[in-house]
Amino acid sequence: MVSLKELQETTAEELFLPGNSTCAGCGLELALRWAMKALGPKTALVAPASCLNVVVGLWPKTAPNFPFINMAFAAAAAAASGISAAFKAKEYKFPGKVWGKMTSLVFAGDGGTTDIGIQGLSGAAERNSDILYVCYDNEAYMNTGIQRSSSTPHGARTTTTPFGKQRFKKNLPAIVAAHNVPYVATCCISYPIDLYEKFKKAKEIKGFRYIHILAPCPPGWGFASEDTVKMGKLAVETGFWILYEVENGEFKLSKPSKKYLDPSKRRPIQEYLGIQKRFNTLSEVGLVKWQENIKNAWKYIELELELKEKSE
Amino acid sequence: MSQKEQEIKFISGNVAAAYAARSAKVQVISAYPITPQTTVVEKLSDFVDSGDMPAQYIKVESEHSVMAALVGASIAGTRTFSATAGQGLLYMSEMVHWAAGARLPIVMTIASRGIAPPWNIWADFTDVISQRDAGWLISFASSHQEIYDSVLMAYKICENEEVLLPMFIAYGGFVLSHTSKPVIIEPDDKLEKFLPPLPDEKGWPHIFIDPERPMMHGNLIMPSGFYYEFRMKIHDEMMKSTHIIKQVALEFEKIFGRSYGNGLIQEYKMDDADVVLINIGGLALQAEQAVDELRQEGYKVGSVKLRHFRPFPIDEIINIAKRVDVIGVVDRDTAFGSPTGGAVSSECKSALHNTGIDTIILPIITGIGGREVSVEQQKEEFKILMKLKETGELPKDMIHGTLWDGVLEVK
Repeated sequence: MVSLKELQETTAEELFLPGNSTCAGCGLELALRWAMKALGPKTALVAPASCLNVVVGLWPKTAPNFPFINMAFAAAAAAASGISAAFKAKEYKFPGKVWGKMTSLVFAGDGGTTDIGIQGLSGAAERNSDILYVCYDNEAYMNTGIQRSSSTPHGARTTTTPFGKQRFKKNLPAIVAAHNVPYVATCCISYPIDLYEKFKKAKEIKGFRYIHILAPCPPGWGFASEDTVKMGKLAVETGFWILYEVENGEFKLSKPSKKYLDPSKRRPIQEYLGIQKRFNTLSEVGLVKWQENIKNAWKYIELELELKEKSE
Repeated sequence: MSQKEQEIKFISGNVAAAYAARSAKVQVISAYPITPQTTVVEKLSDFVDSGDMPAQYIKVESEHSVMAALVGASIAGTRTFSATAGQGLLYMSEMVHWAAGARLPIVMTIASRGIAPPWNIWADFTDVISQRDAGWLISFASSHQEIYDSVLMAYKICENEEVLLPMFIAYGGFVLSHTSKPVIIEPDDKLEKFLPPLPDEKGWPHIFIDPERPMMHGNLIMPSGFYYEFRMKIHDEMMKSTHIIKQVALEFEKIFGRSYGNGLIQEYKMDDADVVLINIGGLALQAEQAVDELRQEGYKVGSVKLRHFRPFPIDEIINIAKRVDVIGVVDRDTAFGSPTGGAVSSECKSALHNTGIDTIILPIITGIGGREVSVEQQKEEFKILMKLKETGELPKDMIHGTLWDGVLEVK
């Protein structure tokens, strides 16, 4: 693991500049800042419709200090594939220049990833397009005013689920991993070193890479803006959000999540749900469902680890 | 990889489109198969996968992704190509608009087909007409050779810094896509003389991806910002592109020896014609045969091939109207609820408005969904125009002022 000292030395440069218009305590901002510290300026970012289109600044002001392309909602994965192909064509025509070293990056919200963008995402994953697709997951359509997405968790109130969502969150990292792509990872903005290292690793891998980041949203989830990092930590510490990597099919539980393999180490899920206004209509039955769901999620992790042990 | 000598190949219209992309040294292709375009993407796969064409070919999962991929590739500064048809064009419509809004010189051929329901895969230009307000130049090809030639001309027009807009080249599904004719494939030295050089490392002047010159493209712009002006400029430069289209047609003729009129329209035996039929696509070529046969019978008739629908050749239509008494404008497309029911005839009428010209325009709709249109039928259309000129008598069974020629009786 990279040391704090090393991080301080190598990550001083900001590529997503201050003065952007994110809300106070925005999880997306932390996600993008740390991702770009790892990826560096030789990166072309494609942003489909999401908060990101707006928080970068209204024309003619702009906060990203690297090539940034706003894109139609369903088009991100394909547009990034096109950019990646163009880099290869340029590397062919102008060999040895920067084009062979560029990263083609998608930075999409959960709506743009798990709903409207999933076809293009699946297509790019199946083709093994040489792109890094990132989903920053704030668990609803926040930019349009908090409507449910298929990434919204059970019981959460949104403006289109005024009494709480019935269905559970779509497990997109698992869906992408089922495409047998070179790299899939989950991250949380509260663990920047883990996030930084995963982006560093992803940058060096060729082919389709997917990173899914939990990015708490103070206005959307209903918590105080100073609690964003705490919220992300609770998501991990309660065992709800599990940090892992799947590299060439090999599953690896990430360090911050390792101890939560032991259920007794997990904090009660009420500690996470209870301080978010979006869950304040969650019933006792809903709570039990949450507990069961977390248990089942870890069963899947245990199974993955068992399989890995057997293969070794 | 290279084409040293001129070759004459006996190929389908679709394969001619693929050869044109190869001749134009296209760098990035993205496509999704759809009838009747499929043999374009198949031929391109042969070219690229065999190493004959050093291009990147992204075989995507849908048409929406086709145009998204080309938008990305073009923004990054490469020459791009695709082909589609019918439903596929409609499905990619959002990105079609995006390509024009970003001012990207993408070229795409359309093997036009009818729009469902019910399913229809035969010649009908309603697909491309449906994108008429997207900001793409729209041209029609009437022969196999014209498909190949139009693609070459398209890159020269679209990549001109005074244009920087994308272009469709539409031709009738199956009529041209799946029939074969001899097509001249031009050699590299001549192509090099004609085509603009591929974009350099910096890419296009207005949009690029370059870590040395970080650029944000397409962020939100308030109503007081330049959105309005961006849109105005698309129209302004599209209208001005008529000059570029004419120049390019001239230059093409000089280098390759094939004439396409003034680029916007191509006239046939118009010098002493009393009446004229304006057609788009393959029917325009067939109409020339009808003209030849009628002229032998003593009729003074002429034919005009409308090569461009966008930009619309307003001056050319006015000029034709000044020289004849009656114009029949034939649409192989539908524009429901419009003044004539056909897109081309509505616009021809609009072009003559307030010009003081009293030439009669007879709107005709024919061949919808690939319905057979024979030379005999076209000859009859000319005779209807002659009768209209001589007696002022309109044909019977007009529907809302338009002749739906070849329509079956419906109850």
